[in-house]
Amino acid sequence: MADLGRAALVTAFLLFVYALVAGSFAAWKSRRRLAESAQNALLGPFLATVVAAAVLLAALARHDFSFQYVADHTSRELPLGYTLTAFWGGQEGSLLLWLLVLSGYSVAAVLTARRAGREVLAWVVPTLGLVGTFFALLLVFVASPFATQAAVADGAGLNPSLQNPYMAIHPPMLYLGYVGLTVPFAFAMGALLARRTDERWIVATRRWTLAAWAFLGIGQLLGAHWAYVEIGWGGFYAWDPVENAALMPWLAATAFLHSVMIQEKRGMLKVWNVLLIVLAFGLSLFGTFLTRSGIIQSIHSFTQSSIGPWFLGFICLITAGSLALVFARLPLLRTKTRLESLVSREATFLYNNLLLVALALTILWGVVYPILSQAVTGQAATVSKPYYNFFLHTFGIPLLLLMGIGPLVAWRRASLRALGRTFLWPLGAALVAGIALLAAGAGSSRIGVIAYTFSVFVLASIVLEFARGTAARKALGGVGWGAAFSSLIARNRRRYGGYVVHASVVLLAIGITGASAYQTVREARLKPGQSMTVAGDRLVFRGFQTRTESNHRAIRGLVDVYRGDKYLGRYMPGKNQYFAEDQVSNEVAIRHDLLTGGDLFLIADQVNSNGSIDLKALQKPLVNLLWLAGLVFVGGSLIALWPDAREERRLAARYADAAVRI
Amino acid sequence: MLAIVCVALVALPFLREPATRDDRLVGPDELEQRRLALSEERDRALAALKELEFDHRTGKVSDEDYRSLVGPLRRRAAEALRALDLRASPTVEDPVPTHG
Repeated sequence: MADLGRAALVTAFLLFVYALVAGSFAAWKSRRRLAESAQNALLGPFLATVVAAAVLLAALARHDFSFQYVADHTSRELPLGYTLTAFWGGQEGSLLLWLLVLSGYSVAAVLTARRAGREVLAWVVPTLGLVGTFFALLLVFVASPFATQAAVADGAGLNPSLQNPYMAIHPPMLYLGYVGLTVPFAFAMGALLARRTDERWIVATRRWTLAAWAFLGIGQLLGAHWAYVEIGWGGFYAWDPVENAALMPWLAATAFLHSVMIQEKRGMLKVWNVLLIVLAFGLSLFGTFLTRSGIIQSIHSFTQSSIGPWFLGFICLITAGSLALVFARLPLLRTKTRLESLVSREATFLYNNLLLVALALTILWGVVYPILSQAVTGQAATVSKPYYNFFLHTFGIPLLLLMGIGPLVAWRRASLRALGRTFLWPLGAALVAGIALLAAGAGSSRIGVIAYTFSVFVLASIVLEFARGTAARKALGGVGWGAAFSSLIARNRRRYGGYVVHASVVLLAIGITGASAYQTVREARLKPGQSMTVAGDRLVFRGFQTRTESNHRAIRGLVDVYRGDKYLGRYMPGKNQYFAEDQVSNEVAIRHDLLTGGDLFLIADQVNSNGSIDLKALQKPLVNLLWLAGLVFVGGSLIALWPDAREERRLAARYADAAVRI
Repeated sequence: MLAIVCVALVALPFLREPATRDDRLVGPDELEQRRLALSEERDRALAALKELEFDHRTGKVSDEDYRSLVGPLRRRAAEALRALDLRASPTVEDPVPTHG
């Protein structure tokens, strides 16, 4: 079976190499049949990688411990679900997942993005082939998931903190995002190599970029939720390098999604957009490198890592090659169009871009600085929360404000009189909210008050956009409010889907602010019968309860929660002791308050041999808005992604009028 | 089996057309590129006009701004439509200014 897996990977590697070499030659020499052959070759790696993935899944399901990967990441007692999701629990399996998703995306993108034009596709194929060759090379020669050994009786098991439903789905979501950014990158390079500066590559890859960005966002929220419920420190984002690895490309892709609208509407920013997609893809490769090379532990583990140097070399190749190509095509990319006014929607998108890129780069610096300092001085410097929070506040707060300003400002230019009229209600709502917040005592956190006030401004501007747009459609069409509202969204899916996504970001901002700036933390050592109070809730410790499961022993502290005289329920924070893995995990207890959106978060910091518990309790206002934001984010993304028959007809007419061969 | 399928896929274009006179990979020629640029310019101008009308209707654009913007946008749209109708050739000056 392992031989079948290895053979499948070798097949994938050879076909990617063919797509790269034959595809490059075909595009260079304009050979049609060879270009089609290279394009067809992309289907082969997908089929081969599916076979390789099936072999690994079968080995996992059968507990075939002759596979080193299966022995290293599973055990006989591991529940089946987690046994199968151990597929992406280790380095080799996650690389195989990368390759599987990449080959799937490559086939689908090339088949569906024909509008980009044959001459552009001819260069897209070898670009995808290059990326596929790299990952297939790693899997065949450097880090194979099909290495075998003498079968052992049982495996080492899966890290207990990974035995969680959110962690099961988090990597595939992230990879659908990371890998998805390969598609717009390949089409951008294809357009440059083919010397085509029209918008076809952007139109062809618009939904792919949006889908990749959405998956990356969802993947991060799933990861944050996992951290919240599983790691047990009471937070959801620790500015860990591995977390930042997903945030950076998402920020760059967010900037791209905005600025590409300026190119479509005004024909501007062609160079900037290509650079942004190179940055987004480069950061997604860098993110994979960070999480898989071992460089986070130390520079020494990196140099001992099997894949680290390969990744670094590939990232350098892609970055240098892309920048050289952009530089070579600068004369074709330059436009005469200029920004007409610093007070216009184009200008707000530009400011938003600068802030997003600045935030991404400052996070990048925070991630690489310890690595660089260790490489140069031998000692790793620490970059922690205060650094990241400073830049999050510095760039994030203005970004939040711009989300409210942008929709209210017209394209090209806006007069002060028009601005005064459109800003009136949102500013008024924000002012009232700010005063109410100060009166309610929220002034203890200046950043908190500012963030909440700006959030109200943004939400008010979004509501106003929907209301005014619906009223305008109603007046135009003579229909009812419901029909006008549906028609408004149906005719402007990207705009109004975007507004819904903005609303989700506002919910996220409110949730993050509440849970961090306004949380209450109490710690105490309690014997059975003793109690502590946190933010008006009384917590009474009643003792411990233990039970034994198939793969772990669970110890739970019994904590009864009261608010005044009202009994709110029993909650059981504790620990799990995993037999095969010989590890202990924190198991938190969370009481959700659906009325306020807040949580009471209980952590059993220590289970003491004298029967007492070291209990940590956090009251986290509004934290559940983060998870609600995730649902709203999905909704907004789906609206923006939904196929638009009117748009399709318009594009078909455009290419027909131009008599362009597709 | 997998290898056979993959070889067949790769060889398919050559098996379908073992001998062909025209194996050139052809993209848009200069005329088609010009028409595409004009089509994009036309769509951009029409979309900008539509957006301006909507923004004016929703109160985002004042009457004064509308009056100053709508004229040039209509002219741009008309010029782009006219240029496409003329099916400009490479020897004729592009009548549509490429600035916004």
